[in-house]
Amino acid sequence: MELISPFIIGLTVFVLAVFVGYYVVWKVTPALHSPLMSVTNAISSVIIVGAVLAAGSAQDLVTQLFGFAAVVMASINIFGGFVVTRRMLEMFNKKK
Amino acid sequence: MSANLSALAYLVSSICFILALQGLSSAKTSQRGLTFGVVGMTLAIATTLASPIVTSYGWIISGIIVGGIIGTIIAKKIQMTALPQLVAAFHSLVGLAAVCVAAAALFEPNAFNIGQVGSIAAGSLFEMGLGVAIGAITFTGSLVAFAKLQGLVSGNPLIFKGQHPLNALLGIALVLIVVLFAFSESHTFFWAITGIALLLGFLLILPIGGADMPVVISMLNSYSGWAAAGIGFTLGNSLLIITGALVGASGAILSYIMCKGMNRSIINIILGGFGGEQSAATQGSAEQRPYKAGSAEDAGFIMKNAQSVIIVPGYGMAVAQAQHALREMADMLKQEGVQVRYAIHPVAGRMPGHMNVLLAEANVPYEDVLELEEINRDFGVADVAFVIGANDVTNPAAKTDPKSPIFGMPILDVEKAKTVLFVKRSMSPGYAGVDNELFYKDNTLMLFGDAKKMCEEVIKSLGD
Repeated sequence: MELISPFIIGLTVFVLAVFVGYYVVWKVTPALHSPLMSVTNAISSVIIVGAVLAAGSAQDLVTQLFGFAAVVMASINIFGGFVVTRRMLEMFNKKK
Repeated sequence: MSANLSALAYLVSSICFILALQGLSSAKTSQRGLTFGVVGMTLAIATTLASPIVTSYGWIISGIIVGGIIGTIIAKKIQMTALPQLVAAFHSLVGLAAVCVAAAALFEPNAFNIGQVGSIAAGSLFEMGLGVAIGAITFTGSLVAFAKLQGLVSGNPLIFKGQHPLNALLGIALVLIVVLFAFSESHTFFWAITGIALLLGFLLILPIGGADMPVVISMLNSYSGWAAAGIGFTLGNSLLIITGALVGASGAILSYIMCKGMNRSIINIILGGFGGEQSAATQGSAEQRPYKAGSAEDAGFIMKNAQSVIIVPGYGMAVAQAQHALREMADMLKQEGVQVRYAIHPVAGRMPGHMNVLLAEANVPYEDVLELEEINRDFGVADVAFVIGANDVTNPAAKTDPKSPIFGMPILDVEKAKTVLFVKRSMSPGYAGVDNELFYKDNTLMLFGDAKKMCEEVIKSLGD
């Protein structure tokens, strides 16, 4: 049998992940929808993985600069997203 | 680190991200969930740094430090009322980062192990084209959303003739060029995709009005996820694919919930124009009808003698920063033995869950804040409904007037309360441009003034 193309493997993973996301997100309580948005924003910046590869393994300066810019933007998101989510969740869990 | 080991570490990261979302099912578990998220992200970055093709660290480390400092400072300083703008701005960065990564992958595919310049597989190029298109749309779309939320441009929908045909034309051109790009690997086509998508993002969000922002933000949240997934396909990285899918699904569900909260279809919102035609329609019957206006003292007296009060907060409360004064007022009423609760409409505020965050910031107990389905039938037995900064979500026309543009939207049944206190700046209609029947009911008392000042005055009168 021929080898399965990487695209099909990726697609399999993708579709399954959409299902996982669907079921997990419906369980999120409406009161926490704002933290949900900020935390998903932070984790979607996992795109930093690609940015790190560009900034750290490219030979050409232009590519490195694209990588660097992407690293900066993704880092703003990651740190900003997690910090603001933490701030919100602390408010919800404050002891009176 | 070997490729297999990296893939396993990425799997662990993905699971951490799923657990982070799952933690949000209750406030109690949410902080633990967030820790999982941070661990997952740290592991993902560390794994990538350890991969053998990463040979220089200067750009990476300085980028993380610069970005980390900027992000942390912004996140610590931002006021909770400005949260929607912040989230919109963050989404735009994800979009732009996706474009940068795709450009880097095109220039030096060997740095990503996806082939050599001139011989990248058509499949990878197709995915790259899609990723860069979604990323660019997310970037400019989020910028427009940010500008609208920040008040830099008018929140009114901006519509011009031929807008829809133009968008459709651009959309078709975009798909065609993505296909051409996949078969040619031409850099010109790459930048053409980027340019058209940037323009399209701009045009798509511009016609959407301020009141529809909860949907727009959720939608852009979703797009940022799909963009990450697209880049994941290009780089053959399962972590990016999984995370992108999770975020994309999350944003899509939030968009759906918001649409349902307004009884509108997503298509209807994307096509835009809500608010524009309606304000023209209301001008016809501009005749002023009689209503009752009261003072803060009246409101204080009525609420002090009530048994139960339900507070209905809306975006106006956020704008006036009234949440702290409101909570103080509620505390004083509670001391008088009044039962005080808060009713939250799904689309109150400018992003999903916005009101809950503001009330939590003001130390309102979690148990006192209830969702529409949980509290709606209690209005019938409530003595007072205190509406502060909300309008359209209380408009009975949504149930009674089939001609009303908000007909069919689920509303909070405030008119069933014995007395309705309506805090409002003036008699002008809400964002949807619809007059509210509620103002003219016999049991409604209008309290004119700034939301925060009004709460403070009620507090003063309760203290006397």
